[in-house]
Amino acid sequence: MTATTTEQTSADRGVTTAVRRRKRAAAAYLHRHPRLRLGGLLSAPFFWLGVAYLGALGALFIAAFWTTDTFTGEIIRSWTLDNFRTLLTEDVYRTITIRTIWVAALVTVVDAVIAFPMAYYMAKVASPRTQKLLVVAILMPLWASYLVKAYAWRIMFSEGGAVDWAFNPLGFGSPGYGLTATVITLGYMWLPFMILPIYAGLERLPNSLMEASSDLGARPFRTFRTVVLPMAFPAVVAGSIFTFSLTLGDYIAVRIVGGTNQLLGNVVYDNIGAANNLPFAAAMATVPVVIMLIYLSAVRRTGALENL
Amino acid sequence: MTLSRTTRVVLLAALLLGLAVVYIPLLVVVVNSFNVDATFAWPPDELTTEWWRKAVDNTGARDAIWTSVQAGLFATAIALVLGTLAAFALARFRFFGRDAVSLLVILPIALPGIVTGIALNNAFRTVIGIELGFLTLVIAHATFCIVVVFNNVIARLRRLGGNFEEASMDLGADTFTTFRLVTFPMLRSALLAGGLLAFALSFDEIIVTTFTAGAEVQTLPIWIFNNLFRPNQAPIVNVVGSALIILSIVPIYLAQRLSGETSGGRI
Repeated sequence: MTATTTEQTSADRGVTTAVRRRKRAAAAYLHRHPRLRLGGLLSAPFFWLGVAYLGALGALFIAAFWTTDTFTGEIIRSWTLDNFRTLLTEDVYRTITIRTIWVAALVTVVDAVIAFPMAYYMAKVASPRTQKLLVVAILMPLWASYLVKAYAWRIMFSEGGAVDWAFNPLGFGSPGYGLTATVITLGYMWLPFMILPIYAGLERLPNSLMEASSDLGARPFRTFRTVVLPMAFPAVVAGSIFTFSLTLGDYIAVRIVGGTNQLLGNVVYDNIGAANNLPFAAAMATVPVVIMLIYLSAVRRTGALENL
Repeated sequence: MTLSRTTRVVLLAALLLGLAVVYIPLLVVVVNSFNVDATFAWPPDELTTEWWRKAVDNTGARDAIWTSVQAGLFATAIALVLGTLAAFALARFRFFGRDAVSLLVILPIALPGIVTGIALNNAFRTVIGIELGFLTLVIAHATFCIVVVFNNVIARLRRLGGNFEEASMDLGADTFTTFRLVTFPMLRSALLAGGLLAFALSFDEIIVTTFTAGAEVQTLPIWIFNNLFRPNQAPIVNVVGSALIILSIVPIYLAQRLSGETSGGRI
């Protein structure tokens, strides 16, 4: 019994040494060839995102220049700008685009205004222990289902619902289903996406800078305006990327609490589903993409992308 | 800058008000899951556990939860690998097109979900020609999950710097041994935080899912959406929602316990 074990072990050891030697050689080779290491690291993610995902986006963009046969529903693969022409000339699409940007901007501003003091308290006032608890408290709602939250607002905004019940004594009631309800619901849902980057940004901001500012005679408000705000700004912008993009693509919340209002997402969705017009949906989908690309390239200089 | 007392009080008030706004709708959902009235009249007249009993027996909901868990686990596993690889490449190397790659990683979450959804839908069906189903769902979810793992890992790598690794190599450990004994243990909590967020993101995703799951596969959000407007199913949906809210404490507690530091700050 003991003999066989020893024998096996020594055999194993022989194999292990060989494997180890080969592994060391590979490690040494990799160490001498950083380009190869980089290639090894980057090839799989690049294939997934750079080839597959970007390829899919490219194919969608190409489809935007095709049309659909109104009778058969088949896609006609001949190049035309008709979809984009419709998009730009018909009033209804322009109205919807402007409305969507407006809603996204409003949601972003509301979230930034609510999130900043919360994040500020978390990062600069709360004790480390409370800080931890607060981060958990902010993260938890992210785990609650998006649909359930949207539905909760639907129920609360309904006639005789919780909003009416709470605010009727104060003389005003639920705004009912519409754009106000949509902005509130979306703002509610994306709030953690705004709080967390701002919190992280403020936490990185050294207290010594604020102390230096007040030592140099700045009053708290001036310190806030000239030191804290400029340094926390990229974090706010990072949060706004989320709130803006998430709102631009949303078509579900607006269906649940928005009444008959339509956003860009609804037009895209309806053209894919009911109308079965992929080319037009693709053309419509380029609108939020262009808006987002303009937005991203505009905020790149602020360093917001490092704050995501 | 030492904050004045008034400022502190105002900030605290803002925080508490914010938290109240965050939690009241969730509380309403939980209370409504016990509401006798199936149309959720507020405040509830009477409470009942009937909906909870019905929900436990609901096979549709149970199957959907299982599908979502599976899809989330697969997508998270892929995202952990790809996100970590990309984070290493970007944190440890300077190369041409580095900015473009970092933009590429955040693209799936920076672009509206519906764009990613229809782009992948179109690519799967017409370009590659595969049936929509569980596989396409996992691929789609992994695509937007990569960024959360990436963000967590790259933040940790930047903070760690390369000194520990260099020390390990100076002491004679090769690349792989250094990774196993030095880098990986220091990354573990970041991977955990990123993985949990990726799972959460996948578990709750509906827009991309709608376009990539096909008609056969029903994840939990799809099930909820299909049942939301059915009057006799709405109370069950509320129960499932409440259960999710209560259960969400578990992963967050785990993240806190295992990592020993705040998992937050990074999305």
